[in-house]
Amino acid sequence: MEEKILDVRGLTVCFQTAKGTIRPVDDVSLTVPRGSIVGIVGESGCGKSMTARAVMGLVRYPGKVTGGSVLLDGREISALPERERRKLRGSEISMIFQEPMTSLNPVMRVGRQVEEAVLLHTDCTREEAKARVLEIFREVEIPEPEARYDCYPHQLSGGLRQRVLIAMAAVCRPKLLIADEPTTALDVTVEAQILSLLERLRDAGVSVLLISHNLGVIARVCDYVFVMYAGRIVEQAGTEALFERPRHPYTRGLFRAVASLREGGDALETIPGVVPNLLHLPAGCSFSLRCASCRSDCERRLPALAETEPGHKVRCFLAEEGGAR
Amino acid sequence: MPGRKRERLENAADLRLQSQLGEEERFWDLMRRMARENKTAVFSFVLIVLMVLAAVLAPFLTPYDENSMDLLHRLSAPSAAHLLGTDEGGRDELTRLLYGARVSLLIGVVPALLSLLLGSLLGVIAGYRGGIVDTLIMRTADVTLAFPSMLLAMVIMYSLGGGIVNVFLTLTLVSWANVARVVRAQTLKLKNSEFVEAARVIGVSKDKIMRRHILPNCLPTLLVLFTLNIPASILTESSLSFLGLGIQPPNASWGLMINTGRQYLYSAPWLCFAPGAAIMLIVLAFNFLGNGLLDVLDPRQKKQ
Repeated sequence: MEEKILDVRGLTVCFQTAKGTIRPVDDVSLTVPRGSIVGIVGESGCGKSMTARAVMGLVRYPGKVTGGSVLLDGREISALPERERRKLRGSEISMIFQEPMTSLNPVMRVGRQVEEAVLLHTDCTREEAKARVLEIFREVEIPEPEARYDCYPHQLSGGLRQRVLIAMAAVCRPKLLIADEPTTALDVTVEAQILSLLERLRDAGVSVLLISHNLGVIARVCDYVFVMYAGRIVEQAGTEALFERPRHPYTRGLFRAVASLREGGDALETIPGVVPNLLHLPAGCSFSLRCASCRSDCERRLPALAETEPGHKVRCFLAEEGGAR
Repeated sequence: MPGRKRERLENAADLRLQSQLGEEERFWDLMRRMARENKTAVFSFVLIVLMVLAAVLAPFLTPYDENSMDLLHRLSAPSAAHLLGTDEGGRDELTRLLYGARVSLLIGVVPALLSLLLGSLLGVIAGYRGGIVDTLIMRTADVTLAFPSMLLAMVIMYSLGGGIVNVFLTLTLVSWANVARVVRAQTLKLKNSEFVEAARVIGVSKDKIMRRHILPNCLPTLLVLFTLNIPASILTESSLSFLGLGIQPPNASWGLMINTGRQYLYSAPWLCFAPGAAIMLIVLAFNFLGNGLLDVLDPRQKKQ
């Protein structure tokens, strides 16, 4: 079996609100094998980003990680004190965000921002750090790195800024890079460039956990995919298996909701309803409210995440019994 | 020919890029650019420099002594001998204005600077740390603000005694709370911004985030606060002096001069006008200079 860079077991995040406790991340287990790109896909508000934050140890008050463990390269990190975790962030585990426009300090030269990461985690002198920054700028294909080093963020395009952010996250060669919707704010051509950049980072030894709601992005680069719904993982499989044989009604709904140029004709299907309020989740399967194949059983009992074939797990009674419609 | 057109386009893009990168400027280039684009700021700067020079060189600029009385020429109107007239003690108004500038400029700038330092430090800590630290700092600020500032200043001056250093301290203690509040509010906004999050993600410590990411982003606000604090300090000092708690007569400060001149507003209006105009000029000059600096120092506001 391949080595796991990230091994998350039973991760649960609770938010204490005035109206009750909600669990945006509920008993999530996932693994990222070394040298691979693993995707998490799901609608807005299904807990993808919160999972990423919990892994980074950056859940903000009033949220709290209440259970589970996070193993980074075999080492338990979720229980480490903040000081220790901070040392890991940026050096062993790093993250990039959705909004390249606002994720850089507007009054700091971009080179200095990337340099900050180097100076924090190594004993480099300023000159050495600058050299490393220019090197990573070249690696993420920022044209004219020397000139860009002294630019302010507003002087760069969205795509360039995302490259700077990736440079910032990757400059210390972390073992794991979490990319939270890295291409959502970018146009399609730039998206393709950023994705191939992630692939190249993967080849250079940085495993990637890619969070996206865009199935096309997931299909292009991921080796393995987790589908999340209302804080839980509802299906997980190798990318090919998932796209060929989606088992969970929610996953199928997601695929039907993707516009296709080839088939044409039919109106775009949507999944009826919205993600349920996490305060009022049904006792059983959280998708039961919107599921076309829902049975009375579904609303009462929560199906387990069961393996239907090697490497393919589904949280649905119908799939367990040999496949939904 | 599409190929050539494309090449031209790329060249144009290159040029634009060049000019953007060409904006990479050192401090003096920035100043030069400000001089080119903002004449008001330059004028203000010159005015401030002139006032400082006049204050420093006061003994050489006027034949009169600032404190020697000449009771035969009390309250005389402006004339060739006394360009701005004389006050109730027969002292030359221009001379007192020049000497008063020494005190008033110091009183304007030093406490504004000190309260800016103290206020932004406490404000950023309160905003970023939150919790009990926030409560402690901000409730202290609230208590400070709850007292009428004049009363507070009087209490502090009364217990510390007169003298210019104590005036500095007092004015700082009276005005830090406002700065702290504004900076705290900015910090709260900035601390949830994505770039602070991005800094946390690469493992930057709280102290460094406050120093390198939050405070520099508050700078434009701080600059404005600074220019607003200067006149406030000058005016508060004048009230204190009026009450006998600030600068002690016969020494001159602009505020003190206005307050003594007030009694003769109808018979000798120049006694109020001259120092009043001086205060107005210096306040406006600092404001315009602040605006000019803001335009060139904040990279976001650079001209395209």
